[in-house]
Amino acid sequence: MTTASVMRFAILQFPASNCDQDCVHALRVLGSQAKLVWHKDTSLGEVDAVIVPGGFSYGDALRCGAIARFSPVMQAVSRFADNGGLVLGICNGFQILCEAGLLPGALIRNRDLRFHCEQVFLKTANFETPFTSEVRRDGVPLRIPIAHGEGCYFADAPTLDRLQAQRQILWQYCDASGAVTEAANPNGSVLNIAGIANERFNVAGLMPHPDRAVEGILGTEDGRGILNSMILALESRRASAVAVA
Amino acid sequence: MKAKLVITPKKAVLDPQGKTVANALEHMGYAGVTGVRVGKYIEIDLAPGTSATDAHNALNEAALRFLSNPVIEDYRLEIVE
Repeated sequence: MTTASVMRFAILQFPASNCDQDCVHALRVLGSQAKLVWHKDTSLGEVDAVIVPGGFSYGDALRCGAIARFSPVMQAVSRFADNGGLVLGICNGFQILCEAGLLPGALIRNRDLRFHCEQVFLKTANFETPFTSEVRRDGVPLRIPIAHGEGCYFADAPTLDRLQAQRQILWQYCDASGAVTEAANPNGSVLNIAGIANERFNVAGLMPHPDRAVEGILGTEDGRGILNSMILALESRRASAVAVA
Repeated sequence: MKAKLVITPKKAVLDPQGKTVANALEHMGYAGVTGVRVGKYIEIDLAPGTSATDAHNALNEAALRFLSNPVIEDYRLEIVE
């Protein structure tokens, strides 16, 4: 029982992932264990959650995430997700999860064709999920950095209807006051979508980087709420599993 | 023997690159351009003697699974000698 409260995260590592170490560091700062899992591995090992980190896997050849999704480790991630495991994709990780069909829609070139590296504001649209329960609810938007050239979220109209009806939109780009406006949309995403979850709410992805926002020295700690939501969800899962046993 | 695959963004998908090219064409004086979609062209070399039907079937599957993303793209596949 000594390590019962420490959650174990697998951080995937593809050729040209570049936020893998950021994720490891962020999770350790938050008191969790984090280990890197190489893309050629066919098993995740004993872990409680998976993070698909940011970067430029396979040099973004063909489409962002298109090649990474066929890596052996992604088969293991699909099985893990099918069994209800928590999976979060950040930036390139979000693109990979969409390409893999674990999340609906796709991410395309930013509307202005430019790479955006800046702080953005995010409105959390659903607090009742394993990725958002610990996010501040006082109406103040999250301030989290983005760094992407292809973060314009697209999904067809029926998919968007479903995302809205089932409250799968987790975060939307907004202004400093929390208003979801066209001017606050950095990349042209439909409905200002910055992050979504699947229908079961065990897989989520977002373009902004909570992993780069857990320490004040980097300008914002607002990423903590997102990662802490996952940690809390895992803790309560483990507690109920222990109670059942 | 070759396969030629032309991939274009779907109509409903934003194509800022196509729009920029269309604007440039207009500025250059090319009249009558009503729209531009910028996509990709993939040429795949095939071993001589490959059955065109087999190649078409296999690459059609590859185009759906991997070479294009049906959420955002349409494609046209052609096998040529």
